[in-house]
Amino acid sequence: MPAIRTTPADTAPGPQAFLAAQTRWRLVEILFWLALLSPFFLLPTYLTLASQIAITALFALSVDLILGYAGIITLGHALFFGIGAYTAGLVAKWGWGEAISGLVLAALAAGFVGYVTGFIITRVHHLALIMITLGLGLVAVEAANSASWLTGGADGLQGVRMWKLLGTFEFDLWGYSAYGYSLGALFVFFLISRRIVHSPFGLSLRGIRENLDRMPAIGAPSRARLHKIYVISAAMAGVAGALLAQTTETVSLETLGFQRSADVVIMLILGGTGRLYGGIVGAIIFMIARDQLADMNPQYWYFWIGLLLVAVVLFLSNGILGGLDRLLPRRRGDA
Amino acid sequence: MTTQIVGILFDGLAFGMLLFVLSVGLSVTLGLMNFINLAHGSFAMIGGYVTLTLMREGGWPFLATLPAAFVITALISVAFERTLFRRLYRSTALNQVLLTIGLVFVSAAIAAYFYGTVQQPIQVPDYLRGSHEIAGVSFATYRLFLLVVALFLVALLIGGLEYTRFGARIRAAVDDQRMARGLGIDVDSVFAVTFALGSGLAGLGGALAIEIVGLDPSFGFHYLVFMLIVVAVGGLGSVGGSFAAAALLGIFDVAGKYYVPALGSFLIYIVLIVLLFVRPRGLFGKR
Amino acid sequence: MSRIAAVIVSLFALAVGISGAQAQDTVKVGLILPYSGQFADAGIQIENGLKLYMSQHGDTVAGKKIEIIRKDVGGIAPDVAKRLAQELIVRDGVDMIAGFALTPNALAAGDVSAQAKKFMVVMNAATSIITTKSPYMVRTSLTIPQLEEAFGEWVAKNGTKTVYTMVSDYGPGHDAEQAFIRGYTKGGGKIVGSVRMPIANPDFSAFVQRAKDVSPEGIFIFVPGGAQPAALGKAMAERGIDPSNTKIMGQGEITMEKGLESLGDSALGIVTTFHYDVSHDSDLNRAFVKDYKAMFDRNPDLFSAGGYDGAHLIYEALKKTNGNTDAQALVDAAKGMAWESPRGPVSIDPETRDIIQTVYVREVQKVDGVLTNVEIAKIENVKDPVKEAMKK
Repeated sequence: MPAIRTTPADTAPGPQAFLAAQTRWRLVEILFWLALLSPFFLLPTYLTLASQIAITALFALSVDLILGYAGIITLGHALFFGIGAYTAGLVAKWGWGEAISGLVLAALAAGFVGYVTGFIITRVHHLALIMITLGLGLVAVEAANSASWLTGGADGLQGVRMWKLLGTFEFDLWGYSAYGYSLGALFVFFLISRRIVHSPFGLSLRGIRENLDRMPAIGAPSRARLHKIYVISAAMAGVAGALLAQTTETVSLETLGFQRSADVVIMLILGGTGRLYGGIVGAIIFMIARDQLADMNPQYWYFWIGLLLVAVVLFLSNGILGGLDRLLPRRRGDA
Repeated sequence: MTTQIVGILFDGLAFGMLLFVLSVGLSVTLGLMNFINLAHGSFAMIGGYVTLTLMREGGWPFLATLPAAFVITALISVAFERTLFRRLYRSTALNQVLLTIGLVFVSAAIAAYFYGTVQQPIQVPDYLRGSHEIAGVSFATYRLFLLVVALFLVALLIGGLEYTRFGARIRAAVDDQRMARGLGIDVDSVFAVTFALGSGLAGLGGALAIEIVGLDPSFGFHYLVFMLIVVAVGGLGSVGGSFAAAALLGIFDVAGKYYVPALGSFLIYIVLIVLLFVRPRGLFGKR
Repeated sequence: MSRIAAVIVSLFALAVGISGAQAQDTVKVGLILPYSGQFADAGIQIENGLKLYMSQHGDTVAGKKIEIIRKDVGGIAPDVAKRLAQELIVRDGVDMIAGFALTPNALAAGDVSAQAKKFMVVMNAATSIITTKSPYMVRTSLTIPQLEEAFGEWVAKNGTKTVYTMVSDYGPGHDAEQAFIRGYTKGGGKIVGSVRMPIANPDFSAFVQRAKDVSPEGIFIFVPGGAQPAALGKAMAERGIDPSNTKIMGQGEITMEKGLESLGDSALGIVTTFHYDVSHDSDLNRAFVKDYKAMFDRNPDLFSAGGYDGAHLIYEALKKTNGNTDAQALVDAAKGMAWESPRGPVSIDPETRDIIQTVYVREVQKVDGVLTNVEIAKIENVKDPVKEAMKK
């Protein structure tokens, strides 16, 4: 553990030093990522689940960038997840089954839609913001259903065929390739996100989250910066969707649906917002709990999931990581 | 032609009235008490199951079950308010979301356990079935009934909030809690009663909704989106706003489906987006 | 933070535990169904049908014990269905997968069946193309065109000259609309208008008014089961459309038990097509309904029939292969298999591996004071017309 404490209460070390201290890798972080490799050896029969958890974690990470760091609460982020999924799915269906370029195209498509909708999103706040994100998501579902000649409608997109990953790894029944691929993507985008939130740009977003009107006064144009992070987040969500489409070789309307938008926010809050790892931990806990509970009791598992959520709120307050922060007093105190 | 338009307007309005009864309580808790209660739909579901149980097991007449649906739902909601929700009045919005969504899961599981997953039909009495023909337009009896109930509730709520002592207490407690306490208002119980009222209305809405949209354990999730739309478009905390929004959405929905069925499913959401973009606080929102 | 890692590691470790003993004398069947969410009732009725068959015929067949592993897919979620199918095969070591209430899920799991060479029994999902997804797949439910094309022709030949169609705007609705129109126009009828209604649609009054405006002789309806049939039926009654002035017809979902209860007498005279009804007049069905009620305290429906016949197919196929669970052996055993089902005589088409069955035309009548779907006509040995047309 580094000896420097960087609580805001300390005599200010200056913004550069503050950011530098935050950027340093801590031992637990390294252990955490190493632990995520363990399913390959310890739990090879859970790799398909692990792969879908990694995808969901990436999706949650994308939401954390706007919700946790920039204060944009969304109930429609599956819009971008779904656009990414359909883009990657369609590209593969039309004969280009190469995975990585599919991800890039999906990111571009989702980012573009994020750019367009961003003009609306960055102009509204509070309940109106939440409801507009929700409305955009619902419009997208209906549009995809209407365009069934393109999307396959309610039956889902059929005929997605992927080539071997990097020309070598086939998407196997066990999910070795799928998990390696999804985890790799998660790690890359985690590094990017980490870089973003610990940059001056990321810091200005937190300022905007706390006070929208003051930031322009000190030289940070709120709306432009929100727009920028929204596009980045949309592109990341699109990548997550593309990963799901590629690893399952199918895309359904549900990838755009309200349920997916709501679930990811639940997982993020469960893990703890505004700390990058929150979405990842939330996705891991929520999806493992759901899988295990549903195995034990396929009919009523959601009773226990509900209790889990209630318990986390009552006993841990700011999500699981927030709660652990309080329980472990020696932790640094920033958000 | 005019008869058709009148018929469409009426159908839309009546559907909107159902949305109004379901949502108005949420507008009150969200707007006046700043509490995000996503379990509002679950309270509506409780009301539905109360009516169902009383009619099927107790042999009660439909109309008599409606006050019961209101009262029992209100009582259950107070139990939750006292034990769980009040702890979170000052907490973050995200915590409120997580807690109440958790309760939606729990309530759906409980409903599925006791009532099964099947759709639960009820038989409304004959005098609420069929339709009345007035000047060549047929008005469905049940929809007329919904309209009457909704108008009655609007009058009662606006009158109650604006012109009674209790209404004044609610408004005082909401505007400035500390000041209200200083004046000797028991803010805790005012909040509890307000909450009960809002949830009770949801219960009533759930009971009224069975005949139009059915009842099953996923009710709490299913109508949440509609409720949020009504509240957001109407403006937080505004009873009149919820009424106007519900009527507007109902009419837009039905008219849109009639005149441009290809756009039927989009229209309500597009109206939502445009309206909130132009008026982020909703039609009648103050805050 | 290290505690977090510890928690995660232990959660993973907790997940390891379960992996049943690999006994040679069991046959494991992975059952993938929606047990939660808005389609839960279909999933539960399918499982009930299967459970009933197992309790009637014992859980041992060809010297092997049948073991069911249940998985909840939670609704329309092909990604989850595919993962569950993969997990059942690699982790639980199942010998076959079964269930599948919903088309997208069945399509996604079909890929796994083909890739892993596992036998797959579809017990409900009703889109034609599903069975083309894997050569090891068999279906014991129905296809929508199978019902509708035959029905459309029957309607045209029985004196309804103009029809307006109202269907839900999604895959099955489109299938039903197209198949009905194909059959109906082939029989000489005339379509005077069509409307597609959003799936998540609580209020039907606008669409009913549109239909009323063109005053057709008949209205054809396809909406998913659940709350919608009753809602649509009521909207029609309110607008003054009833069987006395307009022939109301559709697929059997609209006159299922709960829907009839809710519609009351305004349902009298509605004509529907279906492959199974609880009131079907046969000794086997009477015994089926009686045992079903005794076991689950409710009536069986089409889902139950799909599950029951699915179980029958699995049992008989295993008997033929003498307990061999090789997918090719099982699918060869299933091809051409014929049996008496609670719905009537059925068989498996050896070419398409899809079900061949009798399509019934029923009318809602009062029998002993209870609204009942009474069979008024039947069309025997109907194959899925879409795959028949593909062959040509």
